[in-house]
Amino acid sequence: MSTDSTDPTITFDAVTKRFGAHVVLDELSFTVDPGEFVTLIGPSGSGKTTILRLLMTLEKVDGGTISIDGEYLSHMERGGKLVPADEKHLSRVRRRIGMVFQQFNLFPNMSVLRNITEAPTRVLGLSKGEAEARAVDLLDMVGLSDKASAHPTQLSGGQQQRVAIARALAMRPDVLLLDEVTSALDPELVAGVLSVLKEIASTTDITMLCVTHEMQFARDVSDRVMMFDSGRVIEDAVPEKLFTSPEHDRTKEFLSAVLNRA
Amino acid sequence: MTWDWDYAREVLPKLLEGLLVTFEATVVGSLIAYVLGLVFAFIRRSRIPVLSQVVWLFVEFVRSTPLLVQVFFLYYVLQPELGLLWTSFLTGSIALGVHYACYTAEVYRAGIDAIPVGQWEAATALSLPRSRVWLGVILPQAVPRVLPALGNYTISMFKETPLLIAIGVVDLVGEARGVGAQSYRYVEPFTIAGLLFLLLSYPASILVRRLERRVNRQH
Ligand SMILES: Nc1ncnc2c1ncn2[C@@H]1O[C@H](COP(=O)(O)OP(=O)(O)OP(=O)(O)O)[C@@H](O)[C@H]1O
Ligand SMILES: [Mg+2]
Repeated sequence: MSTDSTDPTITFDAVTKRFGAHVVLDELSFTVDPGEFVTLIGPSGSGKTTILRLLMTLEKVDGGTISIDGEYLSHMERGGKLVPADEKHLSRVRRRIGMVFQQFNLFPNMSVLRNITEAPTRVLGLSKGEAEARAVDLLDMVGLSDKASAHPTQLSGGQQQRVAIARALAMRPDVLLLDEVTSALDPELVAGVLSVLKEIASTTDITMLCVTHEMQFARDVSDRVMMFDSGRVIEDAVPEKLFTSPEHDRTKEFLSAVLNRA
Repeated sequence: MTWDWDYAREVLPKLLEGLLVTFEATVVGSLIAYVLGLVFAFIRRSRIPVLSQVVWLFVEFVRSTPLLVQVFFLYYVLQPELGLLWTSFLTGSIALGVHYACYTAEVYRAGIDAIPVGQWEAATALSLPRSRVWLGVILPQAVPRVLPALGNYTISMFKETPLLIAIGVVDLVGEARGVGAQSYRYVEPFTIAGLLFLLLSYPASILVRRLERRVNRQH
């Protein structure tokens, strides 16, 4: 399978997603370039989480295709025809994608260190020593060097989320998905997590797709902001443009509602 | 009706021999119930066509028929039919284990269902292989939660072993009946047998309750 260096990292091509009769995404198309930091904003229920979950293969598409670096994620080619991806194909392509969840979802039966080393050893085949060295570096980056042997339940929400970020990065993903990663945190813990994300955005070339209500953060780190409504992109612009002079009324309404709430 | 201490002392060793058999049947039955129950829970969850339904039917069937009928069926029908040459002890313990596996399967199912869906999703997001998700993430969280329920079933099994007398297993109660029949004195053997059951199941149930409280505190 050839990978063209000019391929976008993420390609949604006419992706449709339904839950029962409810069409959540209706032939949605967009691309994200390598290394780009793209923020998705939009009202509740507009389909932001669904987009990330489709990319993480936690949901299946009902129509259209999703590709990563020019390689189909949702589908695979068999006998010249495009068929839905089987588990083997999914597990190979999904390795390039990492996700951080709103509720952290750390494994409570493992220490912080094990949470981070589990997948690199079991999936990437790293030795225990290599995986631990990688974990130690990442814990240092997220400011939790002293918590390696702690258990997730002993950590604050903000600390748990920083471990979850380290856990995702330990797989060296090409794409990192962030779904409202600070929404479950007490306000005083938000800044610590956001500063870690800022550092990742500026020091790595990981392509990042982020759903957040932290507008100042989105403005600071995003290369591009996409405004969603009812499963469609209604505005797609650099942050300075989208936040200061949005073109659509829906964007204006949404931004003023969010900014007033904050 | 008088109590004869000398007679009681005399029959005690025999009764303890019977208790050992009761014990062994409980241990063998529990091991089968713990392992087979998990296998049943897996198969039902896997939704493998036919196999999954067959297991479901089997579980429902076993749960709706008396244990004694199952013991008889295994001993008098299945076992000779298949030419297995199992002893009555082995047949009885297996019947007990399989019967209770149909209950522990439900316990495991509930324990597995109680694991938040976010744990599965995080495991998928890390591309952990299926076997690792089960062995590394799901079961280590589910099993501690179900230990108290499994413990309760072991206590039930312990108290149900006398049923195996019906196919000739000489357990604690069987011994009590045996020594009683020899001397036409039943008070002492049956009283001691009852006390031995009480002496073991009561502390065991206290232990299980304590374990339950500890598990509940953690979740
Ligand atoms: N598993 C599901 N079953 C049924 N409907 C679902 C499911 N997941 C999402 N939906 C519906 O799909 C729509 C889009 O949901 P989604 O979670 O993607 O929205 P969102 O933009 O992330 O919203 P929010 O800002 O509230 O997180 C909603 O109407 C939601 O009710
Ligand atoms: Mg959402």
